[in-house]
Amino acid sequence: MAETAPLRLNVPEPEVRPGGKPDFSNVKIPKAGTVDRPPVDVAPADIRDMAYSIIRVLNRKGEAVGPWSGTLTPEEALSGLRDMMRVRAFDRRMLMAQRQGKTSFYMQCLGEEAIACAFRKAMEDGDMNFPTYRQQGLLIAGGYPMVDMMNQIYSNTHDPIKGRQLPVMYSSKSHGFFTISGNLATQFVQAVGWAMASAIRHDTKIAAAWIGDGSTAESDFHAGLVFASTYKAPVVLNIVNNQWAISTFQGIARGGSGTFAARGHGFGIPSLRVDGNDYLAVHAVAKWATERARKNLGPVLVEYVTYRAAAHSTSDDPSAYRPKEETDAWPLGDPVERLKNHLVAVGAWSPERHKQAEAEIDAEVLAAQKQAESYGTLHSGPKASPRDIFEDVYDTMPPNLRRQRQEAGY
Amino acid sequence: MPRMTMIEAIRDAHVVAMERDENVVVFGEDVGYFGGVFRCTQGLQEKFGKDRCFDSPINEAGIVGTAIGMAAYGLRPCVEIQFADYVYPAYDQIVSEAARIRHRSAGDFTCPLTVRMPTGGGIFGGQTHSQSPEALFTHVSGLKVVMPSNPHDAKGLLIASIEDENPVIFLEPKRLYNGPFDGHHDKPIIPWSKHPLGEVPAGHYTVPLGKAVVRREGSAVTVLAYGTMVYVAEAAAEESGVDAEVIDLRTLHPLDLETIVASVKKTGRCVIVHEATLTSGFGAELAALVQEHCFYHLEAPIRRVAGWDTPYPHAQEWTYFPGPARLAAALTDVMEG
Ligand SMILES: Cc1ncc(C[n+]2csc(CCOP(=O)(O)OP(=O)(O)O)c2C)c(N)n1
Repeated sequence: MAETAPLRLNVPEPEVRPGGKPDFSNVKIPKAGTVDRPPVDVAPADIRDMAYSIIRVLNRKGEAVGPWSGTLTPEEALSGLRDMMRVRAFDRRMLMAQRQGKTSFYMQCLGEEAIACAFRKAMEDGDMNFPTYRQQGLLIAGGYPMVDMMNQIYSNTHDPIKGRQLPVMYSSKSHGFFTISGNLATQFVQAVGWAMASAIRHDTKIAAAWIGDGSTAESDFHAGLVFASTYKAPVVLNIVNNQWAISTFQGIARGGSGTFAARGHGFGIPSLRVDGNDYLAVHAVAKWATERARKNLGPVLVEYVTYRAAAHSTSDDPSAYRPKEETDAWPLGDPVERLKNHLVAVGAWSPERHKQAEAEIDAEVLAAQKQAESYGTLHSGPKASPRDIFEDVYDTMPPNLRRQRQEAGY
Repeated sequence: MPRMTMIEAIRDAHVVAMERDENVVVFGEDVGYFGGVFRCTQGLQEKFGKDRCFDSPINEAGIVGTAIGMAAYGLRPCVEIQFADYVYPAYDQIVSEAARIRHRSAGDFTCPLTVRMPTGGGIFGGQTHSQSPEALFTHVSGLKVVMPSNPHDAKGLLIASIEDENPVIFLEPKRLYNGPFDGHHDKPIIPWSKHPLGEVPAGHYTVPLGKAVVRREGSAVTVLAYGTMVYVAEAAAEESGVDAEVIDLRTLHPLDLETIVASVKKTGRCVIVHEATLTSGFGAELAALVQEHCFYHLEAPIRRVAGWDTPYPHAQEWTYFPGPARLAAALTDVMEG
C-alpha cells in the first residue's frame, strides 16, 4: 500500500503583519488604457480574462487613456471630484463628532470615495441601490442633503429614521438607497429580487447590489448570484474589494479563486475588475454595466480593486493587524489626488482652485453640522420621543404594543 | 485569587480547555490573529497554532456547519459568532442539525459543540448589535443555553460547556465584558477589578450547567434574572426597599427548577426580568413553571418585566430595556397586589 503523508490544514495568511514591510507585489496592475472595452452585448464567455485584469483609465501622468476613457466631460469629472471631496470632508467631521461623543459610532470610506460617487453618476433616477455601510458616496453624489445624513448619525429630532438605526445606516427610497442592514450580505440577494420585480413589471429601472470582499463569503452573496444568473436579472453586482474585512485579509474570503470577479464565471455572469481608485475607470465600467443591465442583457459582476485606508469603524484599531505604512504603500494611489491631478493636467483645474474648493466644502459641511446639531445629538440637546420606539413595528399598532407604550408612559 | 474582566476570564477558559484537551479547536470571524473583535480569543493562535485557532470566512452557516462536521469527527469545536445578532444565517445548522444529531442517529453521532456569542444591549449598538435571542434557542430540544453574569461564572460555565457532550449556546452579555454596571444607565460601570465576582480561580474549575445561584437573599419576593438583568435586579431591590431574593439563573436550559421553586415557595411572590422582548420570551416559560409548581404558595400574580415588543432602538435603548425603576415599580406592585 502506498504511504500517505498526513493531511494538513491550510489557513491563508496575508503577506505581512504589523512590523513587516508592506508588500503588494501580488496585486498585478496592468498599465492604464491596456484593457479592451468589449461591446455591451458581449458573450460572457468571450471576456473571461477580464475577471483577472484591472480596467484603468488614469495613468501616472494624470492622462485619461485607452478605450474606457471619455465617458465624462471635464465639467462632469470636476463635479465628481467635488462629490469625493464632500464625502471625505463629511467623513472627517463625523469621525470627529464621534470622538467628541456626539454619536456612538462612525464608519468612513477613506480611499474608496471614487467607487460609490462615480457609480451613482452612471445610474438614473428610479434605479435602486442596495448598499452596505460604506457607500455614503451614493447619497452625497446623488444630491441627498448632508444635514439629513447627519441627523441620522446624531439620532436627533430630525432623524429621518427616528433614532432607530445605528449611525450611517441610512435609508432613502427617493434617492434610490435601500435601508441598510447591519447584517452583512442580506441586501445582495434582495437587490436581485428588486431587479427581477422590475423585469416582471416590464419596467426600465435597474438595481445595484453592493458587498464587501469579506462579505462575499456569506451564503446570501451566492444566493444572489444564482438568482441573478438564472433569471438574467437587470442588476449590477458590485464587490468592493478593499483588501480587509475588519482584521481579516481578503484571502480568507477569496480562498482558492483567482479573484472575487472570477466568482461570476461559474454562473455565466460577465465579470470585470476595475481600478477602484480611478474615478474615470469606475464611471466607465459602471456605464457599461448599467447599460448592459438596462438593455435586458442580464447581470454584470464588478470587482473594485481598492484599499480601506482608515480603520474599519470607530471601534477598530488596524495597527493591531496590518503594517501602519500599508496605506501609503497601496499601489493605486488616492482617488481624490488622482482625479485632481488629471483635471489639473487637462487645464480644467488648478492647485489653488482645489485648495479653495476644499475650504468651501469644509464650510458647507460645517454649516450642515451646525444645523444638524441644533436638532440635537445622541447625548445632548432635544430628544426624539420614546413614542417612536413603538411606531412602525406594524402598519397599525396592535394591542400589546399600545399597552406597552402606555406602560412606558407615552 | 486573580481578578479578571469577563473577557479575560473567557480567554482563560479557552486556554484551560485547550491545554487539557487537544481536540478543542476555536475559530470564527477575526478570532485567530486578532483574537476576536472583543479580544476573547487573543493569544490562542500564538499559543496553540493555526490548526487549533484560526480566522474563518464571514459565513456563520459555514462556521457552525463545519464545526458540526468537526464534532462528528471527534473534535470539540468552540466557535464564535461575532454578535448574537448574526447567528441567524447559522440558525438552520444549529436548530435542524446540531440539536438533533444525537437523537436522529440514536447516539451514533454526537455534537459536542459550543457556540459563543456576545449578546444584549446597553452599548448603543443599534438593532444589529444588541439583541437577546435566548428564547429562540431555549425552544429547541437538544440544545443547552447558558448566560453568565460575571467573570467567575463565565470561566467556569464556558469550561463546562466545552467539556459538555451536547451542543451549547453560550451567550455573553457584552455590557458586562469590562465591568458590571450598577443597574442605572447614567452611572459609570464598576471595574471587575473592584468587584468580588471579578475573582476568578486559576486553572481548571467548572460551574455546572443547570445550576442557578442566589445572588441576594430576601424574603418578600423572588426575582428571576440572568445576564445583565441580575444587576438591574440588585439595584431595584435596593431602590424599592422590597426585600427581594435575586436568583441568577446562569443556565436557561436545562433550568434549575429546584432553586426557583424553593425560593418562590419561601417568598410567595415572583417577578421575572429579561432584556429580550416580552412576547414569547423566556419569561413566559419561567412564569408557566412557577405557576405549575408554586400556585398554592403565590400571594400575588407573577409579573414579567422585559424589553418592549419592538425591534431594538439605537437612540432609546434605555427606554427599551428594563431598568431598576421599571423593575422596582413591579416589585412594589406585587407587594401591594
Ligand atoms: C452576518 C454578519 N456577520 C458578521 C458581521 C460583523 N461584521 C461587520 S463588518 C464585518 C467585516 C466586513 O468586511 P467586508 O465585507 O470586507 O467590508 P468592509 O468593511 O471591508 O467594507 C464583519 C465581520 C455582520 N455585520 N453581519
